Amino acid sequence: MDRLPAAARATAPASLPPAHLVGLTPADSRLVTATETGAPDGSTHPDERTGGTERTWHVLDNGARLDALGVAPVGTILCVHGNPTWSYLWRGLVQAATDAAAAGHDAWRVIAVDQLDMGFSERTGVPRPLARRVRDLADLTEALDLTGPVVTYGHDWGGVVSLGWAVDHPELLSGVMLLNTAVHQPEDQPIPAPLRLALGRGVLGRATVTTPAFLETTLAIAHPPLAPAVKAGYRAPYLDAARRGGIGGFVADIPVDAQHPSTPELDRIAEGVRALTVPALMLWGPRDPIFSDRYLDDLVDRMPHADVHRFEGAGHLVAEDVDHASAALTWLGDQRAAASFTEHPAATVTATAAPAPGTDRDADADSTTGPMWQHLDALADSPDTALVDMAPGTGPAPRIVSWRLLSRRVREIAAGLVQVGVEPGDRVSLLVPPSADLTAVVYACLRIGAVVVVADAGLGVRGLTRAVRGAWPDHVIGALPGLTAARALGWPGQKISTVPLAPAAARALGVAHTLHDLVDLGAEGDLPAPPEPSATAAVLFTSGSTGPAKGVVYTHAQLCAVRDVLSAQYGIGPGTGLVAGFAPFALLGPALGTRSVTPDMDVTSPRTLTAPAVAAAAAAVDATVLFLSPAALANVVATADGLDAADRTALAGVRTFLSAGAPVPEPLLAAAGRLMPNATPHTPYGMTEGLLMTDISLAGIHDAATSAAATARPAGGVCVGRPTGPVRVRISALDPTGAATGDLTDDADVTGEIVVSGPHVKDRYDRLWLTERASRRTDGSSDGERWHRTGDVGHLDTEGRLWVEGRLAHVIVTADGVVTPVGLEQQVEALSGVDRAAVVGVGPRGTQQLVVVVETVPGARRVSLASVGLAAQVRSAVDRPVAAVLVVPQLPTDVRHNSKIDRAHLSAWAGTVLAGGRMRRP
Amino acid sequence: MKVLVTGASGLLGGAVAAAVRDAGHDVRTFQRRPSGVTGVEDVLGSVTDRADVERAVADVDAAIHLAAKVSFAGDPADFVRVNVEGTRTLLRALRRAGAGRLVFVSSPSVAHAGESIVGDDASPADPENARGDYARTKAQAEVLALAADSPELRVVAVRPHIVWGPGDTQLVERVVERARAGRLPLLDHGAALIDSTYVDNAASAILAALYRVDAVHGNAYVVTNGEPRPVAELLAGICAAAGVRAPAWRVPARVARAAGSAIEGVWRVRPGEDEPPMTRFLAEQLSTAHWFDQRRTRTDLEWEPSVSIDDGLRRLAAHYLP
Repeated sequence: MDRLPAAARATAPASLPPAHLVGLTPADSRLVTATETGAPDGSTHPDERTGGTERTWHVLDNGARLDALGVAPVGTILCVHGNPTWSYLWRGLVQAATDAAAAGHDAWRVIAVDQLDMGFSERTGVPRPLARRVRDLADLTEALDLTGPVVTYGHDWGGVVSLGWAVDHPELLSGVMLLNTAVHQPEDQPIPAPLRLALGRGVLGRATVTTPAFLETTLAIAHPPLAPAVKAGYRAPYLDAARRGGIGGFVADIPVDAQHPSTPELDRIAEGVRALTVPALMLWGPRDPIFSDRYLDDLVDRMPHADVHRFEGAGHLVAEDVDHASAALTWLGDQRAAASFTEHPAATVTATAAPAPGTDRDADADSTTGPMWQHLDALADSPDTALVDMAPGTGPAPRIVSWRLLSRRVREIAAGLVQVGVEPGDRVSLLVPPSADLTAVVYACLRIGAVVVVADAGLGVRGLTRAVRGAWPDHVIGALPGLTAARALGWPGQKISTVPLAPAAARALGVAHTLHDLVDLGAEGDLPAPPEPSATAAVLFTSGSTGPAKGVVYTHAQLCAVRDVLSAQYGIGPGTGLVAGFAPFALLGPALGTRSVTPDMDVTSPRTLTAPAVAAAAAAVDATVLFLSPAALANVVATADGLDAADRTALAGVRTFLSAGAPVPEPLLAAAGRLMPNATPHTPYGMTEGLLMTDISLAGIHDAATSAAATARPAGGVCVGRPTGPVRVRISALDPTGAATGDLTDDADVTGEIVVSGPHVKDRYDRLWLTERASRRTDGSSDGERWHRTGDVGHLDTEGRLWVEGRLAHVIVTADGVVTPVGLEQQVEALSGVDRAAVVGVGPRGTQQLVVVVETVPGARRVSLASVGLAAQVRSAVDRPVAAVLVVPQLPTDVRHNSKIDRAHLSAWAGTVLAGGRMRRP
Repeated sequence: MKVLVTGASGLLGGAVAAAVRDAGHDVRTFQRRPSGVTGVEDVLGSVTDRADVERAVADVDAAIHLAAKVSFAGDPADFVRVNVEGTRTLLRALRRAGAGRLVFVSSPSVAHAGESIVGDDASPADPENARGDYARTKAQAEVLALAADSPELRVVAVRPHIVWGPGDTQLVERVVERARAGRLPLLDHGAALIDSTYVDNAASAILAALYRVDAVHGNAYVVTNGEPRPVAELLAGICAAAGVRAPAWRVPARVARAAGSAIEGVWRVRPGEDEPPMTRFLAEQLSTAHWFDQRRTRTDLEWEPSVSIDDGLRRLAAHYLP
């Protein structure tokens, strides 16, 4: 404190906050006097007792209001603010918990303290290092006579103090909850730049005490900005320098290095946290200049059982940016429902963690099949072809890799990864284009239990950066473009290059090793024991067509189940020649035991794939199975004129043809079928969270169309066929508000959200606890089967086929009822002058009006109202009232597939135009 | 029952008188000119004349009050005299005569201040913020009427939005004449969604309100076809039905609003019987969305429109057929 101005040594008694602060209930404010124990620095040194100084605290405590309601609390949430806030940060939680109790839900007592020298608590005028603050809190809870169960809840440096209290009070502790905080500063990393700045010589006192700069900076980084009245609330206890000593004291107490006096206490807490087995929740705002994802990753490493939710777009003041109170109370409710909080929490040995992955049904699947690398082991000496790369980046084309070579390379890289410090559970981000290298690295990671993080370029640079930061990889393996992006965009992790680099380039990119180094290092190395089937194997990313891309976590058992369902559904196995023109399936070739080939194509632009390139790939492996993305397929069909006789012979060998990843128009599938006269075209339905849920063949599509035509009033939609082997599909009917609240049913002709289960459905979303919770249904059966809500709406027909009618978020709620878009769009697209159509709603839900937005043939150059004639045609084609028909040059679609229409965006756009706004492009 | 219909010489008033008559009731109409409706008793007079009004309400069981000064321009004092004082006079007379029911026919413009209306339900009349003399005085009158609601005299307010049909001089004739003269522009792109009401639907809704007034008195209901359309499409439909060319030239809405304000100013200085070619209110009506949530109206009045916009346009075309 000698670095702080004299104002920091000012003393003042505690007081109650002024009555007018927005969001506070005066009845919750009270003053509590506690007696100091321990030494002035917080240690227990027996010679340095403080002599029992009394300190008075201001706390928010809804206990009196709960008493008035006549309800008994189920426990206490002990909230600790950081710097430079005060208990005001928790006002929303205090109110929400009281409201919940009043509504008959669990009654949680919330005690939110103002730390000493902060808020409206006493200004003590003496330094309060971390250990002192942890002890101060213990002194306070002693004075409050706090009994269990207690769940701590901390933010910023209050997170550390609350965890210190948690570590010291196992007999009271039932759980810990955290907002952006940190308990450890890695030795090799500088502390965050804004704090370095604030700690600068001559800056500290001025920034924190003499002026309100530190306070104002903190208040300015809310997303969205704080209301003026709320800012006034935060400023209220810190109006002059004499009130702000604590702010400077906190900053001065940041343990910047090992010599700092508070470092031992921080280390004690950080290590103590590892031993906590109580349920834990971390709610995080990633847009935080101080407590970045780095610190979240460290905390997850210490408490791997924690439930984590990253609120994309929220920042340091996550408590202001999002509704953290509902999230916390929901989580607490779940823990109580699961009986995770026990009477004697100290005796708890197992935490709630993520629910045990899989079910009994899944376990059966594991027992029948081997690990992902089983064929690599079995064929380790085989000279037969495992992989063909038609256009390797370097060396002669095509590159042919035998099972013997692939198997050895995987083993070497795996051992090499272990040598450079990759441990089981470490996350490895792969920024490598589809290639033999990528395949070898993926299987090496799987073999040693490292988690592969696969984010593809289809997300765009912003989406990819968000994805990689969110997953927070420990290691990055990349080719030059990936590593350059990683460097430029500050992606975390140890960098490993797939290509040799000159020392200067390696230094510039921060590359520690190359794949060659790993092979050399691993040549003699041993492999660790293989991971358990329940261990996490991979994090894949959704397309981000509906909001930010989400990480989807698969276990080894679930990945094996993906392989098995693919094998069983299409008869793919050892000896099958497989053309993999669709990235996710390209990686599964070795797991299936196939001879697989990647055609010559620019994977970031699937539309560059030509028919001759596909034929050449098919010829290289005597292909009988062929996978292509719909975007690639369109160009293959368009370039079919370039095929010669030999090409056509190669394609005639194909028996099964698949296109997936986005809806495939039937004419396109049929056209592709004509290129492969002996093949059965299929199109599976699935999503990143559950690949291959249903399947339909071209003949099946025709059958479905025939039976729909015979139906009096077909519900419409795209028929995606019947569930694949182990999959179960149910429908949760929509209620009149458009919410999927119905019981899970397999009755025919009920329109609702499509809900699926199967052994190859995802384990969970990554660090998105709330999203994961919302995506689950557990009411489908008594055996604990996990059901995944797909977010798609549709229905089953009397033959058990699934029809997709759109996205749940795109359902329109009119005064006459709920409308799904796809069936109506099909009616419009059948008109001769229309290419693609989108049906959206405008106006308030419940009384929305239908609007049809079309791309015409020939295309329009400007946005406009449809002509009288076209509007009349559209109205007569659609069997519902249509308020307006708009013509656009192009409908907005997602980045990855360029085919999923962004109806939510289109709806908002149409709302603006039809309210008299400007007619700009959607 | 015996029902008084005021303002029956207008398009909607005539349709209402006919609908009440067809439902089997005795109808008396009250306005300055003969109603032209067959099978009803016409009492001629003005709502501004107390003695006339006393005569009109004698021994009626119920009244439907449509008589009003409807115009985009004119002497503000006239609007007050007819719309506000006329309503006050009628209310007093009805109470004295012991009539039990009143349907006050109003306008959605009583509750809105010029911004877009996108799927809103009726909110209370707001004389302070209503735009223009007509809307302001109708708002004051609706407030008076609903304040008079009591167990003895049950009052309900019905606000049909943009009523049109064959013989309509308010919208259809204006549109057709201006289009024929080449003086009808579209404001902006003409995509603003507006609700409108085919005259037969407005009449049946008012009749439904008369039947339901005992259950729903004290409330106000917006009535429309429930089929909002882009304003350009509606105008084009009317023009096509009348056999004139649809407007093809455009004026930016903000220019029209500014011009409307200026022209209103001129007409205020030089009041005449003719109407200004553009007013700020009209510019706003034609360039911002105006469509309503009809769920409460349909449930409470137990009413549904029976003529769709497309059917209405066909009837309009038949009316214009040479």
